[in-house]
Amino acid sequence: MSTTTTRGVARPAPAKASPARPRRGLRGNPTLNFWLFTGPFLIGLVIFVFVPIVWSFWLSFFDARYTVTPSHFIGFDNYKQILTNSNFPASLVTFTVFAAFIVPTTWALSLGLALLVNQLRFMRAFFRSVFFLPTAVSYVAAALIWKMSIFNGVRFGLANTVMSWFGVDSMSWISNPSPPWYWLVIVTLRLWIQAGFYMILFLAALQNIPPELYEAASIDGAKRGWQTFRYITLPQLRATSTAVILLLLIAAYQAFDEFFNIIGTKATWAQTPLMELYKTALGTDQDYGAGSAGAVILSVLICIVTLAQGKIMGFGGGEEK
Amino acid sequence: MSAMSNNNWSRRSIFRAAAGMAAAGTLAACGGNNGRGGSGGSGSGPQLTQYFHAYGEAGTEQALKRYAAAYKKADVSTSWITGNNFESALFAALLTKKAPDVFEFHPQLQLVKSGQVADLSDIIDPVKDDFNPNDINSHTVDGKIYGIRMIDDPQFFYYRKSMLEKAKVDVPTTLDELIEAAAKLTTSKVKGVFLGNDFTAIQNTLIWSAGADTLDAKNQIAYHTPGVIEGLKKLRTLFTSGNVLLDAPTDFWDPSSLNQGLCAIQWGGMWSMPAMQQALGDDLGIFPFPKIGSAGKLSVYNGGWSIFVNAKGKNVDAAKEYVKWLWIDQKQYQEDWATSYGFHIPPRTSIAQSATKLKSGLPAEGVKLFTDYGHFDNIGFDQTMITAFNDVIASSVRKNGDPEAALDACDKKVNVELKKLFG
Repeated sequence: MSTTTTRGVARPAPAKASPARPRRGLRGNPTLNFWLFTGPFLIGLVIFVFVPIVWSFWLSFFDARYTVTPSHFIGFDNYKQILTNSNFPASLVTFTVFAAFIVPTTWALSLGLALLVNQLRFMRAFFRSVFFLPTAVSYVAAALIWKMSIFNGVRFGLANTVMSWFGVDSMSWISNPSPPWYWLVIVTLRLWIQAGFYMILFLAALQNIPPELYEAASIDGAKRGWQTFRYITLPQLRATSTAVILLLLIAAYQAFDEFFNIIGTKATWAQTPLMELYKTALGTDQDYGAGSAGAVILSVLICIVTLAQGKIMGFGGGEEK
Repeated sequence: MSAMSNNNWSRRSIFRAAAGMAAAGTLAACGGNNGRGGSGGSGSGPQLTQYFHAYGEAGTEQALKRYAAAYKKADVSTSWITGNNFESALFAALLTKKAPDVFEFHPQLQLVKSGQVADLSDIIDPVKDDFNPNDINSHTVDGKIYGIRMIDDPQFFYYRKSMLEKAKVDVPTTLDELIEAAAKLTTSKVKGVFLGNDFTAIQNTLIWSAGADTLDAKNQIAYHTPGVIEGLKKLRTLFTSGNVLLDAPTDFWDPSSLNQGLCAIQWGGMWSMPAMQQALGDDLGIFPFPKIGSAGKLSVYNGGWSIFVNAKGKNVDAAKEYVKWLWIDQKQYQEDWATSYGFHIPPRTSIAQSATKLKSGLPAEGVKLFTDYGHFDNIGFDQTMITAFNDVIASSVRKNGDPEAALDACDKKVNVELKKLFG
C-alpha cells in the first residue's frame, strides 16, 4: 500500500519541479537519446568506413602515386591496369577456390564441435571455453607461431620433429610451393582460430531448438541420430547457418594477416586480394589510384556475393520487413 | 518503487556518460601517440621527428637517440619502426600531418619526381668530394642531390672455413661450383647454403653476376638476357636439390642461421659480421656472388641507408640544418654509427680511412669486396620494378615456371613504370 502512496505522490512531482530538473526533459527526448547512443558509433562508421569508401572511389579515377589528394584525372586507366597488368585477377581466382574450401570446412567443424559440446552432461562450460579460447588469439601472433615454431623448415621444427619419428625427412612447408604444403599451414591456423567462435553461435542456436520438436519426432518414430539431425536440427539451424556462411565467406575474402605473415608478399601464389591491394597501395608501390580501383572492384564483388547469397538462402528477409 | 525508478535513472545516466566518454575517447585518440616527448629529444626550438627502421644490432636505437639529444637547435624525437614493413609505415605517415621531417630510406626516383624529398645539394656540395662518388651518383637527379648516404652495406656470402675444409670444397667462383659445393656440404644436420627464405635477397646479384644490369644507361631494361635466364634455371636446380636451407626461423639479414650451424654458407650483410665473428671466431670467410655463364662476373650488392628531408614537412629548413649537423658535420657520430654496432662502410672517404675497425682482417676483406665487385642501387630501378622482379624469382625459381615467360611478364610491368618515370 505504501508503495502506491509514494508513487501517487512522486508522480506529479516532476511536472511541478521540471525547470529545476532538466535531466527529466532529457530523459523524455527519444530523439536526443537515439543520437547520444548511436552517435559515437555512427561518427566512427562515417569516419572510418563511409568516408574511405567514397574517397577511394574518387581516388580510383586519378593518378594518385605517393598522394591521396591527386589532381591528374585519368579515367578508367587504373581499372584497366589492375585488371590486365597485375596479379589482382589471379588473386581473386585463388581466393574463390580458397573460400570454396575453407567455408564448408569451418562450417562443418564448428557445427560438429557444437554438437559434441551440446551432448556433454558435465564440464560443458569448460570445453566451451577451451574451444572458444583460440578466438582471442591474434592472427599475427598465431601466424608467427605456426611459421617459426610449428612449421619451420629446420629439423627441430615441431612438424618436422613429428615427421622424423615416422622416418620422413625434414621438409620446407612454406617456401616451396610444390607440393603446396603451405595450404596445410594456413588452413590449420584458420580452423584453429575460427572454429571456436562459430561453435558458440551454433551452440546458442542448438539450445534454442524447442525440445518439443524432438519429443514429437520420437513419438512419430524418428530415430535418434542422423534422422533427427537431418530433419530437425539442421533445418532449425538454417538462420544461424546462413549467417555463419556469410560471415565465413566475407572473412575468406578479407583474408590477410596469416597470408601476409606466413607466405609474405614475395610470392606469386597464395596472394589474397587484400594483399595485392596492400602491395599496390600501401606497400612500397604507393599507387593509391590503382589500389583504390582494386578496392572498389572487391567491394562490389563482396556486395554481389552477399546479395546473391541472401537471395538464395533468404537471409535478411522476414522480420525486418 | 521510487527507489527503483531512481535506479533506472542512474543506470541510464551511466550509459549516457559512458557513451559520451566513448565519443570523447575516440576523438582524443586521434591526437595521441604522436611520437613526441619523452623519446630522447632534449633541445629547444622547433620540434622535429625522424623515422628509422629498427636496426637489429644492440645499442643502435640508443645511439640514434643520443645523437639527437646532443643537437641543441631543435627538439628531435625518434620513431623507431619495428617489424618488416618500415616502408609502409613511413609512406603512410608521409601522407599525414604528423609526417616525419627527416627519414631514412633508399634513393628512389619516384620520391624525387613526386616532390617528396628536399634538394640537399647546398649542404652536400661543400663536402661532395669526401663522399664515395657512387653514393653521390645514386642520389643525384638532374644535377641535384636528394639524400645523404649514412652507411653502405655490402652483401656477400659468409662461409664456415672448417666445414668447407672438412668436405674438401674450394670457395666457389661460379654458380655451378656453388651448387656442387652445396651438395657436398649438406649433411643430415647442416644444409649446404642459405640464400634467404624467399631467394629475393640475391636477385640483383644474380643479374650482375650474369653480366647484365637492371637498367642500362638509357634507362631501358637490361636484365632480360640469356645469362640471367641461365642463372634462373640453375637457381631452380639449387632450390629443388634439397641442399638449401629453407623456412629457417630467421632470414638472410640475421646471422643466426650460420651462427647456429644450420648451414655452411649464408648470404648476408656486412652488418652481421661482428655477431658472426663473436660466435664463430676465425672459422669465418666471405666471398662474392659467383659468376654465371661465360660472360659472368663476380658481384656484390652495395645496399645501404640514406637520410632524406621531407620536402612537404613543416620545418624543412630546420630539418635540413639538423641533417647537416648530424650527417655532414658530426664525424665522430657518423663513425660510431657505421662501426660500433653492426659493421657498415662509411660513405665518406675521410671517415672510412680513420675507421680502424675496418682496416684489418675480415672487415678489410669486406671493404675490398665492396670496392672491387660492388654494384650500387640504380635510382631509376624503383620499388615497383623490384617487386616485379620478386615475382620472377617466385615463379621461375621457387615454382617450376618458365624463366622466359616470367621475365616477359616482368618486362611488361617494368615498361609501364619506366614510361611513367621517364615518359
